[in-house]
Amino acid sequence: MSELKQELKEKIIDILNLEDLSPSDINNNDALFGDGLGLDSIDALELIVMLDKDFGIQLTDPKQGKEIFKSISVLADYIAEHRKK
Amino acid sequence: MLSKNLFISSYCHVKNNTISFNGNVLFSDDSQDFSGFVKSAAKHLNTSYPKLYKMDNLSKLASLAADAILSEQKAQSDTALVFSNRASSLDTDRKHQASISDTNNYYPSPSIFVYTLPNICLGEISIKHQLHSENCFFVFDKFNPEHLHGNTEYLLHHKKAETVLCGWVDFDDKNYEAFLYLVSENGNIAHTVDEISRRYRSKL
Repeated sequence: MSELKQELKEKIIDILNLEDLSPSDINNNDALFGDGLGLDSIDALELIVMLDKDFGIQLTDPKQGKEIFKSISVLADYIAEHRKK
Repeated sequence: MLSKNLFISSYCHVKNNTISFNGNVLFSDDSQDFSGFVKSAAKHLNTSYPKLYKMDNLSKLASLAADAILSEQKAQSDTALVFSNRASSLDTDRKHQASISDTNNYYPSPSIFVYTLPNICLGEISIKHQLHSENCFFVFDKFNPEHLHGNTEYLLHHKKAETVLCGWVDFDDKNYEAFLYLVSENGNIAHTVDEISRRYRSKL
């Protein structure tokens, strides 16, 4: 699971162009949106594409994203349970 | 209507890894690509704005040039934007096309798609500098000072804006060029087609 969390941090920094962050700057329980990393709605769409492309997970209900993208820990748990790739 | 005299109060060029302001070099380096140049320039100019790195190349270019002018003069919220270029958003359009060309690997990127219009760079500048103003983006075969001059004169004489930031921001493949200038009732350079052309040609 720790490998998956590290992979997710690296992917998020790369995909979302978070130039001034490194994986060690992101705590597993940091909020990804709002006061945490400050991601926006376009970032949320990129994360949805990443889930589909890299893990074979298609979110059909947009409301799911709000819960799944709460933090790296929550996201990693969800991926581990639902991944098809 | 009695027309007031208008002036070019400042201008900026970004080209060949160099940013110049009013003819003086602000920053220059030997980065191998535009991405490296933007990072170095932002660091050198103390541009603490993480969203810069999320923008497409055209918006990065426009933002660098606009920052040099608007940061210097503390932008008025009533600053209109009149921009133009040749390649429109072609650089980003190509990236978007590449992401959708393989039907077996069809994953268009939302953050690329949102930049597939050239005028998005106007929104980025407006957000950063809190501009609540008129804006428009024209696509021409080449730099068109007559058109920019006419639009700017109209906006200012009809009190649609207090100042106008206008010019040329073009990005296509590895070629890029920005020339922006600020027009208002204050300044030393007369706002004429000849002076606009002269400042544009003085690019580094």
